[in-house]
Amino acid sequence: MAKFKGAVVVDTERCKGCGLCVAACPSKVLGLAPQVNAKGYNYAEMVNEDACVGCCSCGYVCPDACISVYKVTL
Amino acid sequence: MEEIKLMKGNEAFAHAAVRSGCDGYFGYPITPQSEVMETLQELKPWEETGMVVLQAESEVSAINMVYAGAACGKKVMTSSSSPGVSLKQEGISYIAAAELPCLILNVMRGGPGLGTIQPSQADYFQSVKGGGHGDYHMIVLAPSTVQEMADFVDLGYELAFKYRNPVLMLSDGVIGQMMEKVVLPPYKPRRTMEEVIAQCPWATTGKVGRPHNIITSLALESEVMEATNNRLQAKYREIEENEVRFEEYMLDDAEYVFVAFGSSARICKQAVEYARAEGIKVGVLRPITLFPFPTKKIQELATRVKGFMSIEMSAGQMVEDVRLAVNGTKPVGFYGRQGGIIPSAEEALEALKTQIIK
Amino acid sequence: MTKQDIIKPENLVYGKTKVLTDNIMHYCPGCSHGVIHKLIAEVIEEMGIQEKTIGIAPVGCSVFAYNYLDIDMQEAAHGRAPALATAIKRLMPDKVVFTYQGDGDLAAIGTAETIHACNRGENIVIFFVNNGIYGMTGGQMAPTTLEGMKTATCPYGRNTDMYGFPLRISDLLKEIDGTCYVTRQSVHKTANIVRAKKAIRKAFQNSIDGKGTSIVEFVSHCNTNWKMTPVQSNAWMEEHMFAKYPLGDLKDTPKKRFDEINHL
Repeated sequence: MAKFKGAVVVDTERCKGCGLCVAACPSKVLGLAPQVNAKGYNYAEMVNEDACVGCCSCGYVCPDACISVYKVTL
Repeated sequence: MEEIKLMKGNEAFAHAAVRSGCDGYFGYPITPQSEVMETLQELKPWEETGMVVLQAESEVSAINMVYAGAACGKKVMTSSSSPGVSLKQEGISYIAAAELPCLILNVMRGGPGLGTIQPSQADYFQSVKGGGHGDYHMIVLAPSTVQEMADFVDLGYELAFKYRNPVLMLSDGVIGQMMEKVVLPPYKPRRTMEEVIAQCPWATTGKVGRPHNIITSLALESEVMEATNNRLQAKYREIEENEVRFEEYMLDDAEYVFVAFGSSARICKQAVEYARAEGIKVGVLRPITLFPFPTKKIQELATRVKGFMSIEMSAGQMVEDVRLAVNGTKPVGFYGRQGGIIPSAEEALEALKTQIIK
Repeated sequence: MTKQDIIKPENLVYGKTKVLTDNIMHYCPGCSHGVIHKLIAEVIEEMGIQEKTIGIAPVGCSVFAYNYLDIDMQEAAHGRAPALATAIKRLMPDKVVFTYQGDGDLAAIGTAETIHACNRGENIVIFFVNNGIYGMTGGQMAPTTLEGMKTATCPYGRNTDMYGFPLRISDLLKEIDGTCYVTRQSVHKTANIVRAKKAIRKAFQNSIDGKGTSIVEFVSHCNTNWKMTPVQSNAWMEEHMFAKYPLGDLKDTPKKRFDEINHL
């Protein structure tokens, strides 16, 4: 059982769907949405919410500063 | 009491720079203007006024240092001679586009290419028509005495900051190298940072209590770029309207006019003496500003004189602007020497006689 | 505990620094420039130097860096950024001044400005993004392009007989007495990003402490012109770029002061 639980909020209009966060997440929390944003990008979203421990790896690698990470200690 | 000193034009320029409250000089050695930086290094103004003096690795670097200093609202300058000023053209275009105030001194020597180290006036086109890429103008001041080498520093900065525009002092190897008496201007303190921010709210002085300031000449959208160009052109028209400066020498009763700037104007004044001794009524119109050019004055003269003679140390450059002003209403002649040879007063008068008086 | 319970302001552990503007960056998806901009902005915020930092944008992809960093900035002509930074720092020594340059800007057209700013030991920071290619103009050969690497102007691969060798300019700069800190970093993985951020902070601190010129090289990718996905580019970069441009500190020695030198 993880000691931490996290959640990721993606600014979907800033996201360009590069997929770096998807690759960087050690818990495989993120995926690219089947839908697109106004610019036509498949933006990142949480596809496995329960696995997020709030490590922020997604945020670090995001080139467009569109990821916010929230974290609580259980 | 005024203190009269004897010094070279280049030295007078350097002394005047320190006295004008200049914040920074960035240069690179080239004959015949090296005394400017040598004098500044000798004066050590950083100990007295805090003025920065820096020998850059190239003219290219020096003009880009001027760009950055001007973008901070600072009073900055560079000096060079013709081949060096060619190298600076890229930076000058950026400075003009970003509308930055600064002072550039060109102590002209003969070209093209590496040319000669002897005096010339063959950078007229480069100076007044743009020089670098794009539609822009510098304000161009042409000193003809060592006194003006000193006095035009303050005038240059005044115009540069008034219009947010680069000002070029277009001198030549004669004015730069010759020694003449000069009364140096009084010391002005350098502006404080608060004064710089108040005078130049657009400058990159640090984002304190305002949105961030950006100095750039880039506008990828054509509409924005055209608007920038239109704004620049409007400014140049305003400069043409307000800032034309010239000296009239014995023009009141003149039937013929020598048009000449810088050291050529000095020669023409001598030629006037010779001509008047022979009963020929000649005067001199000496443009002090080459941009803006005294077009209206020449047009006014064209209504009452018989002809014009442009005397230059070039193959004939300013004469084109004289012809544009006269617009075919009166004959316009040209006489010039090149490669560092200075036309004599006798040659100038002879050219007037053969080409215009006939 | 639901997602909504976690997403509360008091639980925020990572978000956009306010030193980045809200403008959406023009960079291609996955471009390293965004991460590097972000790290610089974060360090500026954490060090509390937003009001006294002046940045210089280059010509190249990052020409619009001034639209993204919420500090006073100047746009330099191609390659001239170190000359600009020199003048700003000399005229306003209390400011923190940095340049942000690509490999074409710093290692080709601006080599003279770079070397001489370093040689004067200007107390500035040079951020150098090395992706082995000219990105903005469409993927032409750079001085840093690897041997055999294909670009728009060497479509059959860089032939060293014709075009010479990849220029390790940071190795050159570390030999110059005026530099105090030369380091090569990357931003492709979390651990590297953490290290890169520390390097940025150290470089800024060196500038404040007057230790000399700091150079932080970021080995980066250009997925668009490398014709790969961002994830593939990172893998290719690890495999090929790092062999030529190994990561780590190249130099960490303050420049000597004049009074410490036996001089004439």
